[in-house]
Amino acid sequence: MSWTCIAPTLKITTRPDPPSTSLTASSACNSSSLHFRRSRFGLGAFRDLLDISPTLTEAAGAIVDDSFTRCFKSIPPEFWNWNIYLFPLWCFGVLVRHLILFPARVLILTIGWIIFLSSFIPVHLLLKGHDTLRRKLERLLVELICCFFVASWSGVVNYHGPRPSIRPKQVYVANHTSMIDFIVLQQMTAFAVIMQKHPGWVGFLQSTILESVGCIWFNRTEAKDREIVARKLRDHVQGADNNPLLIFPEGTCVNNHYTVMFKKGAFELGCMVCPIAIKYNKIFADAFWNSRKQSFTMHLLQLTTSWAVVCDVICFCIDNLIYGLSTWVRDMISIRAGLKKVPWDGYLKYSCPSPKHRERKQRSFAEWVLRRLEEK
Amino acid sequence: MGNASSMLTQYDIEEVQEYCDHLFFILVSQQEIVSLYERFCQLDRNAKGFISADEFLSVPEFAMNPLSQWLLKMVDGLNFKDFVAFLSAFSAKASAQHKIELIFKVYDSDCNGKVSFNDIMKVLRDLSGPFMSDDQREQVLIQVLKEAGYTKESYLTVDDFFKVFGNSNIKMEVEVPVD
Repeated sequence: MSWTCIAPTLKITTRPDPPSTSLTASSACNSSSLHFRRSRFGLGAFRDLLDISPTLTEAAGAIVDDSFTRCFKSIPPEFWNWNIYLFPLWCFGVLVRHLILFPARVLILTIGWIIFLSSFIPVHLLLKGHDTLRRKLERLLVELICCFFVASWSGVVNYHGPRPSIRPKQVYVANHTSMIDFIVLQQMTAFAVIMQKHPGWVGFLQSTILESVGCIWFNRTEAKDREIVARKLRDHVQGADNNPLLIFPEGTCVNNHYTVMFKKGAFELGCMVCPIAIKYNKIFADAFWNSRKQSFTMHLLQLTTSWAVVCDVICFCIDNLIYGLSTWVRDMISIRAGLKKVPWDGYLKYSCPSPKHRERKQRSFAEWVLRRLEEK
Repeated sequence: MGNASSMLTQYDIEEVQEYCDHLFFILVSQQEIVSLYERFCQLDRNAKGFISADEFLSVPEFAMNPLSQWLLKMVDGLNFKDFVAFLSAFSAKASAQHKIELIFKVYDSDCNGKVSFNDIMKVLRDLSGPFMSDDQREQVLIQVLKEAGYTKESYLTVDDFFKVFGNSNIKMEVEVPVD
């Protein structure tokens, strides 16, 4: 992974080559010019050592703009409506969205929840003995409630490519913009997704309803968690009757303009990988969930008061196991969804970069200095 | 300007511009100030009016830089005006003198106007990390100082720095992306 910023607008200078005026040249002359030469070269060497301007420039460049923060910035749409004719129209639009559409959508969602709960709870409790039938019904009901959710945002989802099927030894990977990615995909087929366990009402829903479709939880903060989760994933993929597994290898929500590096865990399960690219249309709503700025409730409210959520879901399958699969799949998803790639790990949102990147720069500096010392 | 509100007025922009001009040169254009303000608000997550050290360190490219701790000492807790004034040293229009003064300030961590042997050693330690021993660093520095006509006990002032860097062109420029 390279650490240089990819912004085309930044002028970042690399360390200039040390000047060829070496310290050894001073030895071959007479004394007066030797003194002059020595002091001139002497200053040159001292200047090179003191000159920290390339490193400072990189640091200042990172302060001014960096490709990592850009991935998590909600890019607001351009203002188009600030004139005397369009502004009242926009105000009218706001009123329609908040006073007509929003209550209608809340009503639809409430009806959906009532139907769902009145069917799910009996099925869950009464069909304890008949597992296959119960699982099938629960799957259908989860798909149903997701359809209600998508309807509540006036969601228009265009599906392209082969529809996911229930088969063992396959895993679906997709780029991640918000938790609604899961709802949009769940509407198509009931997936078993691997998610971060959330607090609050989302967590409650996760532990009750989503358990029934076979979802797997992880906890970013626990160290041993990774191995446990890897084992659970492997077990799930082997089972013939389990729902297809859906993984978001980015590990965090990105703003649907960029993709961060994919984690390799999804690609080491020894099974077929089916990438799914999701691209939201920003004209109607910005579907990016900036989890640092908004709670999920606020995010849902924002979507419910937008005109619509329009997105394209593109599924495609890869048959062979390719070396460097995670990079290749990321390239394919980025191309299909029109996203730019960024060489950062999404988890840098929560932790510091590993010291090995800094050590690379330190090593090249130390080698340069020691080489100068040896020349002398 | 008060605390970091979401709008900059024209008065605010002009005030910042005047604050940052160095020897009557305008170093930062108005659009650059607006862009830097957006960036400032983006980094300052709780709208406190300044950016704290861990908010700077949340930029991985900055955290990976060997001199990040030194810069943090200078940038931590700055309000927007001082933030732009700090970055104005990286403007293409800034003079070599302005840039050398910034480099001096990085070395002069105790702000006493003098850079000692130990001050340079501290910076060297961060630049070379575990790949050079302290002895090697001392050896290089003593040698280089001797070549330049200084000793281990010398104290360097800003004027010494000007002499050392001389008329050489210091390439220390960062372009602010303007939308």
